[in-house]
Amino acid sequence: MSKEPVAVVGVGQTKHVAARRDVSIAGLVREAARRALDDAELSWADIDAVVIGKAPDFFEGVMMPELYLADALGAVGKPMLRVHTAGSVGGSTALVAANLVAARVHGTVLTLAFEKQSESNAMWGLSLPIPFQQPLLAGAGGFFAPHVRAYMRRTGAPDTVGSLVAYKDRRNALKNPYAHLHEHDITLEKVQASPMLWDPIRYSETCPSSDGACAMVLTDRAGAARAPRPPAWMHGGAMRSEPTLFAGKDAVSPQAGKDCAADVYRQAGIADPRRDIDAVEMYVPFSWYEPMWLENLGFADEGEGWKLTEAGVTELDGDLPVNMSGGVLSTNPIGASGMIRFAEAALQVRGLAGEHQVEGARRVLGHAYGGGSQFFSMWLVGSQPPAS
Amino acid sequence: MTREIAVVAFAQTDHRRTSDELSEVEMLMPVLHAVLDQTGLKTADIGFTCSGSSDYLAGRAFSFTLALDGVGAWPPISESHVEMDGAWALYEAWTKLLTGDADTALVYSYGKSSPGSVRDVLTRQLDPYYVAPLWPDSVALAALQAQALIDAGDTDEPALAAVAARSRTDATTNSHAQLRGSVPQGDYLVRPLRTGDCPPIGDGAAAVILAAGERARDLCERPAWIRGIDHRIEAHGLGVRDLTDSPSTRLAAERAGAFERPVDTAELHAPFTSQEVVLRKALRLDDSVRVNPSGGALAANPVMAAGLLRIGEAAARIHRGESDRALAHATSGPCLQQNLVAVLEGDPR
Repeated sequence: MSKEPVAVVGVGQTKHVAARRDVSIAGLVREAARRALDDAELSWADIDAVVIGKAPDFFEGVMMPELYLADALGAVGKPMLRVHTAGSVGGSTALVAANLVAARVHGTVLTLAFEKQSESNAMWGLSLPIPFQQPLLAGAGGFFAPHVRAYMRRTGAPDTVGSLVAYKDRRNALKNPYAHLHEHDITLEKVQASPMLWDPIRYSETCPSSDGACAMVLTDRAGAARAPRPPAWMHGGAMRSEPTLFAGKDAVSPQAGKDCAADVYRQAGIADPRRDIDAVEMYVPFSWYEPMWLENLGFADEGEGWKLTEAGVTELDGDLPVNMSGGVLSTNPIGASGMIRFAEAALQVRGLAGEHQVEGARRVLGHAYGGGSQFFSMWLVGSQPPAS
Repeated sequence: MTREIAVVAFAQTDHRRTSDELSEVEMLMPVLHAVLDQTGLKTADIGFTCSGSSDYLAGRAFSFTLALDGVGAWPPISESHVEMDGAWALYEAWTKLLTGDADTALVYSYGKSSPGSVRDVLTRQLDPYYVAPLWPDSVALAALQAQALIDAGDTDEPALAAVAARSRTDATTNSHAQLRGSVPQGDYLVRPLRTGDCPPIGDGAAAVILAAGERARDLCERPAWIRGIDHRIEAHGLGVRDLTDSPSTRLAAERAGAFERPVDTAELHAPFTSQEVVLRKALRLDDSVRVNPSGGALAANPVMAAGLLRIGEAAARIHRGESDRALAHATSGPCLQQNLVAVLEGDPR
């Protein structure tokens, strides 16, 4: 039995901000869902199932919040699934929803991911002391900074590369009305002069804390034929996981990330990602992760990723644009961040990305990761239906 | 032609009031080994892995990552996790197998209720603005439902006591059960529910292996074929629901094909005696159906695993030739808000 092709026909986001004090959690998710439905010109009744994802429940202080959100998402009387795979969850959630369509269990599925970080403090939510376990050292930055340092040492990349990524992503965000940070007066000098938070990661090279939600409507071939706007077609999708810590783990370029990308490329018939893929939305919460993931995903040889960044290849008008939306560095509602990558990839191949549109983007990769660089989810979407 | 998918192996812990000396991973590991041993598979042979658990029980964020270390995800594996009962992890794995991307799946779930006060913890599931600040606990909400059933004439206290007695008597043959044999109905915990009407609080884990088509027949003498599986959710606000009925269970059962032919066995995830009354009505189960031969959630209720246990118990009866067509049910949320129904069948004998 061949799989049903999966199309993205609706994308919706909230305007991501530090604190959405004007809406409840239900109000936040409903806003994104409503916009995705509007984009697809569908109503709640057209949705067969809802798949929702978010990062740890401690971030809002609500246990299994999908139970409370069933009404707001029009899920009453329908199947509702809640995915949680750490930071990769936004991507994983979309893939679980896509499988429902691919397996022909449902025709049209609403998938949504969110975080309302202003309800609590994510850094300390991640840092609860657990007896007999290594502490996470004040949130994710403390955990990842040594891995960045290892990358710098391994490749001999100049200290400035991280600031180039941050400067690019924050300028891209100015072209994205939904991005959280809109720093109109940003300069490279300001990025490089910002305070050091977790050496070598500076304040301007780290992601903000955001309230936001992202939703997509996924549908089958028949649903895509009825869509009012061009759909994005899924050409490949995969998840891979590996343990947090073990002897021999490559924290700089984890095997799970390489395997996940290889699986997606195999499904999509990508022989050379650098040549065959037009743009990438990747999960870069700390600036240096751009060159690190360029290598991990096969866009550059080992040790060469930073040279693409330095040469301007990943700029919006470069040869391989990366994080056209402004990326996680400009917007980070944690649980939603992966889905935003997937949704931005879809917007690009649909030609609906507005001011941050890459001209002629036909195949775009969406990427998310989480945990201690151990959970990966990715999809490749195209402007044309998959060949088979 | 839809792919045929079956439960081919099932394992569980001995469910206990407390497992202080064990971490979640240590509690889970023997169950994973047991379920893999039944099929002769190794972690590396598994096509897809999916688990269900809750950070709120563990008291820490990303608690499932530690369990993954125990699974042995090296070389890297295709894996996912739901913040739901393991029954929904099984549902995700079932869809994965349907797509043809994998032929086998390992599904596991676990929960330790002992470190905290689970009645209080579960209040954090409620609407955070209007209900959770009042801390109405799981027993109090179930008592509202029980009283509604009594008021509607659907049951009475002696009938509820009979459900409790039957469940714990049946559990005498289930060595994994926590509460077995003659258990007094006790005093009211929250009227009209007595301690006997409520589930034991405890720790436990469960795991199953799914396989598709011929692979299932290779791994299991009598696979428990999943003929249908579906789940539905209801409104969260108790005030807009008829607590004496479970339309979501009925709809899920319809979609799973439960009403096409009678089942001989039903494993119902009814932590409270009164909830069995609701489910029997929604599922149209008469006295010819063997309900909860394992003792059900009244005999062992490790939160997050208790739903997967129902599917595992139903499948195991088919494996052993004690059932030909069984229904398994799982629930989540206050007063049966969300429900899953699976219909399992063995090959004709």
